[in-house]
Amino acid sequence: MSRTPVCRTARRGRRLHALPIALVALLPLAACASGGADDDGGATTARPGGTLTFAVATDAGCADPQQVGSSDTLYSLRQTVDSLTDQNPETGEIVPWLAASWEVSKDAKTFTFRLRPGVTFSDGTPLTAQAVKDSFDAVPKLGALAVQATGYVEGYAGTEVVDDLTAAISFKQPNAQFLQATTTSALAVVSSASAKRTPQERCTDGVVGTGPFVLADYTPNQSATLTRRDDYAWGSSLWKKEGAAYLDKLVFTVVPESGVRTGSLTSGQVDAIGRLAQAEEAAIKGAGAGLVGYTIPGIGYNLGLNSSKPALQDVKVRQAVKVAINRKQIVETVFSSGTRPATSVLAENTPGYTDLSAELAYDSEQAKKLLDDAGWTPGPDGIRTKDGAKLTLKTVWFSNVAVFKPALELLQQQLKDVGIDLALTELQVAQFPALLKSGDFDAFWGGNYNRADPDALRTLYSTKLVNAYRVPASPLDALLDQQAAEPDPARRDGLVAEAQRLIVTNAYVVPVVDQRTVLGVSGKVHDLRFAGSGDIHLHDAWKS
Amino acid sequence: MRLYVLHRMGQAAVVLWAAYTVSFLILVLLPGDAIAALTGAGGAAASVSPERLAELRREYGVDKPVLVQYGTHLADAVRGDFGASFATGRPVGSLIAEALPQTLTLTLTALALALVLGAGVALAATYGSRPWLRQLLLSLPPLVGSVPAFWVGLMLIQFLSFRFRIFPAFGDDGWRGLVLPALTLAVPTAAIVAQVLARSLTTALAEPYVRTARAKGAGPVRVHLRHALRNASLPALTVAGLLVGGLLANSVLVETVFSRNGLGRVIVAAVTAQDVPVVQGVVVLSAAVFVVVNLIVDLLSPLVDPRIVLTGTGGRT
Repeated sequence: MSRTPVCRTARRGRRLHALPIALVALLPLAACASGGADDDGGATTARPGGTLTFAVATDAGCADPQQVGSSDTLYSLRQTVDSLTDQNPETGEIVPWLAASWEVSKDAKTFTFRLRPGVTFSDGTPLTAQAVKDSFDAVPKLGALAVQATGYVEGYAGTEVVDDLTAAISFKQPNAQFLQATTTSALAVVSSASAKRTPQERCTDGVVGTGPFVLADYTPNQSATLTRRDDYAWGSSLWKKEGAAYLDKLVFTVVPESGVRTGSLTSGQVDAIGRLAQAEEAAIKGAGAGLVGYTIPGIGYNLGLNSSKPALQDVKVRQAVKVAINRKQIVETVFSSGTRPATSVLAENTPGYTDLSAELAYDSEQAKKLLDDAGWTPGPDGIRTKDGAKLTLKTVWFSNVAVFKPALELLQQQLKDVGIDLALTELQVAQFPALLKSGDFDAFWGGNYNRADPDALRTLYSTKLVNAYRVPASPLDALLDQQAAEPDPARRDGLVAEAQRLIVTNAYVVPVVDQRTVLGVSGKVHDLRFAGSGDIHLHDAWKS
Repeated sequence: MRLYVLHRMGQAAVVLWAAYTVSFLILVLLPGDAIAALTGAGGAAASVSPERLAELRREYGVDKPVLVQYGTHLADAVRGDFGASFATGRPVGSLIAEALPQTLTLTLTALALALVLGAGVALAATYGSRPWLRQLLLSLPPLVGSVPAFWVGLMLIQFLSFRFRIFPAFGDDGWRGLVLPALTLAVPTAAIVAQVLARSLTTALAEPYVRTARAKGAGPVRVHLRHALRNASLPALTVAGLLVGGLLANSVLVETVFSRNGLGRVIVAAVTAQDVPVVQGVVVLSAAVFVVVNLIVDLLSPLVDPRIVLTGTGGRT
């Protein structure tokens, strides 16, 4: 008697929240009754076997985890390769994986890894220091797709085979970020045979790794099937299960339509789905499936201000933009559950993060005062003017993320309340390099960068590199260089905290929200967890 | 006859060249290039130095003058080599070879379904004498034809896959995965067939030869199928090229909704990535299909209607 009304309410709620996908989100009543509703079965014990099916939104068309940057594709490929180190997603700490231990030289130029013995690639060859050398020697030659991997090893000087299980990787310049980079799939270790192939061949056929699963079949744009390696025995020190993985088989299918992904999960046709939007969360929960979310470390979504533009050269105007934004409202209206308003330029779970929430608090009165002080007075239409010029910021954005449009529209409203006009200009992704070159923008929306290492700040904001936002040269540059050369984590955190403070106080970029990714996971799937960089590790996952 | 075929082949070559050139021009006129599309927009893309971008442009050969690029690509294409995808490095030939069977299975099944459905509705509408039934059947095709294929597909998935779980919502293994996408694709096509055929059947049934046939004692079914349908099928046959074009265009939507890896998905991904070699390959293939279908239709026309004679210069007279 009590069940039906509950279901009905859930349906109505879903309809209200999910209008854009209403056609598909109107779920069958049957799904309502079939709830195996517990998100994580702590009560049941893990058991081996079974096939996990996972619907992802896109496919990069390439089966090489070193070249692919898209998380949709890495969900599968990550399982086929191991890295030298792993990173604890909660603490950011770097822990052993293929390397049992390591040493960083005082100048942060040389990284010596001692490999775990007894590891083999899926083609049977052993993991040796020579294999590590071959794997890293090939990285700088990977093509346009591998912007992450090639960026991590910029200034690569070579790898020395110290002994059979010891490899020393050197750089021409101090490169403190490299240790964290060795946790990523971009720098996973591939076999010598794979390393010798061209980037194109590696994309087409995949690579041979030491991972707990092997790529059995890959059809671009359609599916990837992985099978378990039964002799696997060298999991990351963070994994709970010893030896081989629980699941026999993993099947990743590309399902581009978000509504079809949601319906496939709620009707039991798949076990997990990626790229879940806020509007679909109610449908997923209503059907008894769970949400597994993760804040992407690095730099979240922000409004980057072009410091070379006359109006924005005044720090008061930039600061006014910073405090005129009501981050909480944007998060609650637009973003997935669990998304946090930005509290620094780095996401909360990035190593070296420092809490600057006081500087990022919403205060429209303060914003108005800052603008008054800067000489911008309210015009007849509410938009402020100074010397006849309107405070209009040409804000460039790309529609490559679905929530950008509603987020920007809200942002536009909030800034209008204090007299700043955001003129939204949508461009095509391929126009981005030209935009950076011309600098023809006042503000750029997005600017997120997935990186579980604070060196992300140097990559994006050092005036010696691309410097997209035309930040003027300042003591910030020296800080960013010092942290890149500082092998001591505690001292490095201090430098990074100061750099964050300079960026946020000067409002070179205005952080808005941390980036979060949410998966929908069937109640039957357990221990599907995110790893340090937003990848997932499926070694410990099991099905009941 | 042989002269006619030769003449048509010459025309076909011009059509293929034009399709190739126009699609190349469009891609070149779009802002940015394949390298820019590959590196994306946002923080990660903002970390790529201009020097590195220039280096990549050189590697991929997109830094050369447009005319040089066009000339090299065209020369290779004439030899049947469309090169490799910018985005993934896979040869265009194998990309198409992987996707083509899926699209062929889908479009041919949909075409067969559409012909049966469309002809059935047209015959039923023109056969009966009850005006209300006739009106109802005749208003069906334009109504159905105006519904977007996208929506039809989502509704079919919603009811037959998510709700009643009869067919899978995605995947292209086996006939069960083919039913919903083929039906979705067949609906708009059937609407065109029904509209064209119903109109020409109505015209044919008013022709004097129908009266003659009736006077000679032919029954209504024989008159309808043997005399009227044969004459009325010519206009339907001539729109076949249009139908094939429509099927290919709608397959883009249907393949997206039903997560099928076909030519439609390949071209969408390629256009977004400004992946010139792949776009060119698919465009030339589509143009070739179009040309061949039209040639077959024209060659078949004299068989359906003996009054049509194929000549060397001006198509049919």
